[in-house]
Formats: sequence, C-alpha cells, structure tokens
Amino acid sequence: MFSDIPILNFVWFALVGVLFTGYAILDGFDLGVGALHLFTKTDEERRIMLNSIGPVWDGNEVWLVTGGGALFAAFPMVYATVFSGFYMAFMLLLVALIFRAVAIEFRSKQPMRWWRQMWDVGFSIGSVLSALLIGVALGNIASGVPLDAEKEFAAGFFHLLRPYPLLVGVTTVALFAMHGAIYAVMKTEGELHEKLRGWVNRCILIFVVFYVIVTVATLLYVPHMTDTLRAYPWLFIVAIMNALAIANIPREISHGNDFRAFLSSCAAMVALMTLFGIGMFPNMVYSFPNPENSLTLLNSASSEKTLGIMLIVALIGVPLVLTYTATIYFIFRGKVKLDPMSY
Amino acid sequence: MDVLTLARLQFAFTIGFHYLFPPLSIGLGLILVLMEGCWLATKNPVYHQMARYWTRVFGLVFAIGVATGIVMEFEFGTNWAVYSRFVGDVFGSALASEGIFAFFLESGFLALLLFGWDRVGPKTHFFATCMVALGAHFSAVWIIVANSWQQTPAGFHIVNHAGGPRAEITDFWAMVFSPSSMDRLTHTVCGAWQAGAWMVVSVSAWYLLKGKHLDFAKRSLQIGLLVALAASLIQLDTGHDSAVGVSQNQPEKLAAFEAHFKTAPASLYLFGWPNKDGSEVRFGLAIPKLLSYLVYGDWEKPVRGLSEFPPADRPPVNVVFQTYHAMVAIGMGLIALAVLSIVQWWRGKLFNQRWLLGILVLSVLGPQLANQLGWASAEVGRQPWIVYKLLRTSDALSKVVSGGQIITSLILFSLVYALLFAVFIFLLNHKIQHGPDEADLTPVGPLRKEPRADV
Repeated sequence: MFSDIPILNFVWFALVGVLFTGYAILDGFDLGVGALHLFTKTDEERRIMLNSIGPVWDGNEVWLVTGGGALFAAFPMVYATVFSGFYMAFMLLLVALIFRAVAIEFRSKQPMRWWRQMWDVGFSIGSVLSALLIGVALGNIASGVPLDAEKEFAAGFFHLLRPYPLLVGVTTVALFAMHGAIYAVMKTEGELHEKLRGWVNRCILIFVVFYVIVTVATLLYVPHMTDTLRAYPWLFIVAIMNALAIANIPREISHGNDFRAFLSSCAAMVALMTLFGIGMFPNMVYSFPNPENSLTLLNSASSEKTLGIMLIVALIGVPLVLTYTATIYFIFRGKVKLDPMSY
Repeated sequence: MDVLTLARLQFAFTIGFHYLFPPLSIGLGLILVLMEGCWLATKNPVYHQMARYWTRVFGLVFAIGVATGIVMEFEFGTNWAVYSRFVGDVFGSALASEGIFAFFLESGFLALLLFGWDRVGPKTHFFATCMVALGAHFSAVWIIVANSWQQTPAGFHIVNHAGGPRAEITDFWAMVFSPSSMDRLTHTVCGAWQAGAWMVVSVSAWYLLKGKHLDFAKRSLQIGLLVALAASLIQLDTGHDSAVGVSQNQPEKLAAFEAHFKTAPASLYLFGWPNKDGSEVRFGLAIPKLLSYLVYGDWEKPVRGLSEFPPADRPPVNVVFQTYHAMVAIGMGLIALAVLSIVQWWRGKLFNQRWLLGILVLSVLGPQLANQLGWASAEVGRQPWIVYKLLRTSDALSKVVSGGQIITSLILFSLVYALLFAVFIFLLNHKIQHGPDEADLTPVGPLRKEPRADV
C-alpha cells in the first residue's frame, strides 16, 4: 500500500494533517473558551476569559488560513470539490468565524450592558457554531459523501447533516470545550479559577461519553475508517496513546498540574487527528456510495515539482512560525491580569 | 441574473469590502514604525502617545481585515472550483506562502504590538511593530504575485489530466516575477501607504480644526503628510510603469482604459463616455497622441486598438474606462493636495488655514476610492479571462453551486458586512472623539517596573 505512493504526496498528506492539527490544538482552545464564555456571569469574569485568548486567537486562526492555502496548493482537487460542495456549510462557518473574531475586538470597546451582552452572545454562538461545522465537515469527509465521476459533490446541503457527521460535530464542540476549559483554568486565578476547575471535570465527562459513542458509531457504520488499522495492527498504539492521554487529563487536574493537563489534552488531539489521518489514508475525501470516485492523495495532488517547491517553502517557513509562536506564548505566559490595554 | 453574474457580484462585493482594511493595515503599519521610531530616537513622550493611539486604531482595522480575509481564501474554492482545479498548482503555492510567511509573522507580533507595551522593553516592542508592518507588506507581496499570475501567466505549462487540463509550475521564480507582478506590487503598496497616511492626516486635521490635542495633531499630521507626499509622488512612477506594462502584456486592457478603438497614435482622455464597444467617446476631452508618447516616448507611434481583438475577447469598455480615469483623477488630486499642504506647512501656514484643513479631513476618502476603482479597472480590464488567455471567467465557475445558494450567501454577507461597517465606523468615531490618552504621555514598559506573577 505504501510502496506505490510517491513520497512527496505522502509528505504533503502528513503536512496538511499537521497544519490542521495545529489549528485544532490552538484555535480549539479559544473556540472552547468561547463555548464556555456565556457560563461566566460577571463582566470581569468575561473580560478575563476574553483576555486569556486575547493575544493569541488571531495567530491561532492563521493555522486554518495556512492549512486551507496548503490544501489549495498541494491538493487542489480536494480544495475545489470540498469548498464548492460544502458551499452553504462553509458560508455559515465563515459568518460564525467573522462574528467571533470581531466580537472579541468590539466587546469591551463600549461600556453599555446591551452592547457587551450582544457581543458576548456573538462570540459564544460563533465559537460553538464554528466548532460544530468543522466537526460536521470532518464527519462527512470520513463517512463519505457522494462524488460523481468528475469528482464533483453530488448532493445538497442537508445531505451534510446526517446523524454521523452531526455526532462528530457535537463531539468536536465537546472536545474544544474541554480543551478550552483546561486552558482557561491555566490562565485564571481566584474564584473564576476554582469555578472553571469544576467545569473541567464535567467537560471531560461529556467529551468521553461522546467520544465513546463516536468510536462505536465509527466501528459500526464507517468500517472503512478502520481498514488501515486492521491491516497494520501496530498502529493501534496511536489509539492506546489517545486513550491514555485522555485518561491522564482528570488525573493531572486533580493534582493541580494544570499545564500538564493541557499538554495531555493537546496530545489527545494529536492522537485523534493521527487516527483520523490513518483512517482516511490513502483517501482525502471518501466517496460513498461509489468509493472508486474518492479523492486520494494520488489523484488529487499537485505536480511533483510544485509539491517539492512547497516542501522547501514549508521547511523554511514552519521553523520560523514555530519560533515566533513559541516566543509569543512565552511572553504572554502566566495568569491573566486586566490592564488598560486589555479587551 | 445568471449564476455567473451572481458569483462575480458576490466575489466583487466581499473582496471590495475586505480591501477597505488591508491597505489601512499596511499604511498604518508603516506609520506606526515611523512614530515609534521617532519616540525611540527623540524620547519625546508625544511620539509615544501617537504610537499608542494609532496602534489602537490599527488593532480595530486589523481585526476586521483578518475576519473578512478568511472569506476570500474560501471563496476561490466555493465560487470558482473549476478555476481552483486549473490554477491550484500555481496560485495555491502563492496563497500558502502568504499564510506561512506573512500572516503568521503579522499575527504573532501583533500580540506584542497591541498588548506588549508593559511586557517587553521599548526596543523589543519596536522590533515587534516593524515585524507587523513587514508581515503586512509580505501579505501584499504574495497575494499580488498570485493575482498578477492571473494577469500575466508565466513559469508554467499546461498538462492534461483525467479531470481536464491544468497549469503546473515549471519555474517558481518566473511565476513569482511574472511580467506584471513587480509593477503591480509597487503600485498597490503605494496605494496602501496613501490609505494609511491620509487617514492619519484626516484625523489630525480634524483635531486641529476643533482646536484639540494640538501637539499630538500637528506631529501626526506632519508624519502623515510626509508619507502621503512620498507615496503619491512614487505613485506617479509606479502608475506609469504599470500602464506601460499593461500596454505590452495586456494591450486590449490598455485600449479599454482609453477607449482606443482603431490602431493609431492614441490620445489620452481626461474624461469622456465611451459607447459599448469603445468605438466612439462622447462628451470627451482628450489630449491628442499623449498616450502614444507616455507609452512609447514617441508621439506618432500607433497604439493597438480594441478593433484588433475579437469582440469576445474584449473587456467591457466603459466600466474599465470610468474606473481607470476616476482612479487617475483622484491620484492626481492627492498629489496636488499633498504638495499644497507641504508648501503651506513650509510657509508656516498649514495649521491655521481652515479651508485646507477642511479638505484634509475629507482626504481619507481619496485613497480608499482610488484603491477600489483601480482594482476594479485592473480586474474588469482582465475580462473575459479569469486567467489571461488561458481560462475564461465563464468557464471557471463551480459546477455544483446554484444561483439560489449564491444569492443566500450574498444576502448573508451583505447583512453581516453592513453591520460590521456600521460598528467599525461607530467605534472609529468613538476613538477619534475620545482622542489620544493623556496617560500615554507617561511611557510604560521598563520605566514602570512591577512584579509580575508567572505560572
């Protein structure tokens, strides 16, 4: 299975995966903070929530932009089919992302109660809807969408809202909420911190329930997602690491090791995305009911020359990106303190 | 309306709205570097106050620019799937490079620019400001490289695949430096500098008219005017180079700019109203043979006219003519305004000439209009091609998207953008009314050491 795949196609399959995993880990926690935002009550608490992600949300979203750009460059067939096929879903995702972005910027610029409430709701609903739609899109790509012989999406908007993709969508919301809660615990202190600590456990519980349901549903209804795992049983180690990472989160939280809990959550997301990649391999978009129309990392890729050029771009760019991302997180480490520059 | 018209309308609307903001980010980015540089060099706290104030405006502009920019990246795929399959190999590379080299740089250091005043020393903060400005300029580089490839494709070959033909890179640097990319880049960046500079000029002039924040306003006005003067004068050269480039690379576009129908020595219109195919211009005033002179340095040299091209390959003349001439007229007006203001400043009369200050208050609209009009003439002038001579716009549409879906998204974005624009103006006006913060006259950072709790 591996031998007949050009190495560059495989590398780009992995790199697109890395970019979207980066997006899930980073924007995941700020979408999650958004999902929890309305559960905090006082203005000060909400400002602390917003400012916990204030300096970084924008950079986090760039992972989506760059992931999209990389998909366009490396697998234009996938980009074209998915973006035109999921037209309305992506338009809604865009509106949701716009609302949450500007809500962060606008909210604390005016003191009126109605003003702040309005943008709080915009921020929270935008965050939840974004997470949901991203999950629904992943669920569709995994379980398969009808593609015709020209690799065009051959169904309507409501076909995207089948039970399995919706379940993946809700699970994504739960995952991001858990991830965001852990991040918020790490960034807060005092009363809000204690309150959030209580929420983390509830979030973990909800996520685990959905995670189990999705796993069972995948085994029962989306059997092709486990083909590669069955062919290469050593890959089960990823599933085991995933389970261990998730199990480690409540343990670290109860010991008060918030940062390590957050790292566990990140590790769990890396394992989840790896499992998703293993399940999809070698498909990029699975076609159901006609699997022979699937978009694979072979039939949807750019030329070898372009993949090679893009690899050089990535080898120069990614270390730079990681350097300044790490620097910014380091400079803004520690608990949130409100000051005149805060949102 | 058919699906094609709707898809074009939706794309034009969303990109037109988006393009109100990135030029401001690029221009204000440069001005922030200058202001903070002045502060570091002179230690005069008013420069610190200026940097802080304009940083807040920058933050607001930037947030909307980012939020509306993601839409653009999605819409290549949602509206133009056939185009995306055709150009992904080439265009996608430039777009991905923009993400990795420009957006990460910009957004990463933006955190320090906005929130880092207390966290790092002034030199580090200044470095962050420079990086944000640099990132903003890099984003212009890559998106204009991508767009210029649509205008003047280079460094590629066409390969036939099962799904149809597509363009693939043969020479990356030839693709990046396509015949039009550098002319268009410099022209666009100068337009962006003007957008930022005239905004600073405009707000400062308003404070002077109101007699408020005088020291702040005078110094802001001076920096704004110097950048505006430099950018608008350089713009003469980049505009000229762009037009010469268009004459060589896209002659039918140049012919549409001037409604030049028959191949002959061409005149330059100051204004006019061409008929549909450009064969006649009514109510026009033209300087004979000036276009030939400007393009070739030879009054008698013929310029290729629209009639040389098959009607199906000609751009719509009047739209291109009007947008182009309006852009040029505004550009010339801005040069005149910049020169006049600088002369008055030199004579020591700028700050109390109310009529001039009144015009300067409105000057912010000039570059915004010119930027929009210029893009419209560049892109409509490329029609009927989405990729010049390779793919027609009418063939590039997503096959699976219906008119109803596009109308729905168009209405959705109209409502959302109307709200965004109203809120933007409201908050901007609030910031302007509020004025610079007196507290910002006391510098922060290492001068105000406080213990800080860490993890």
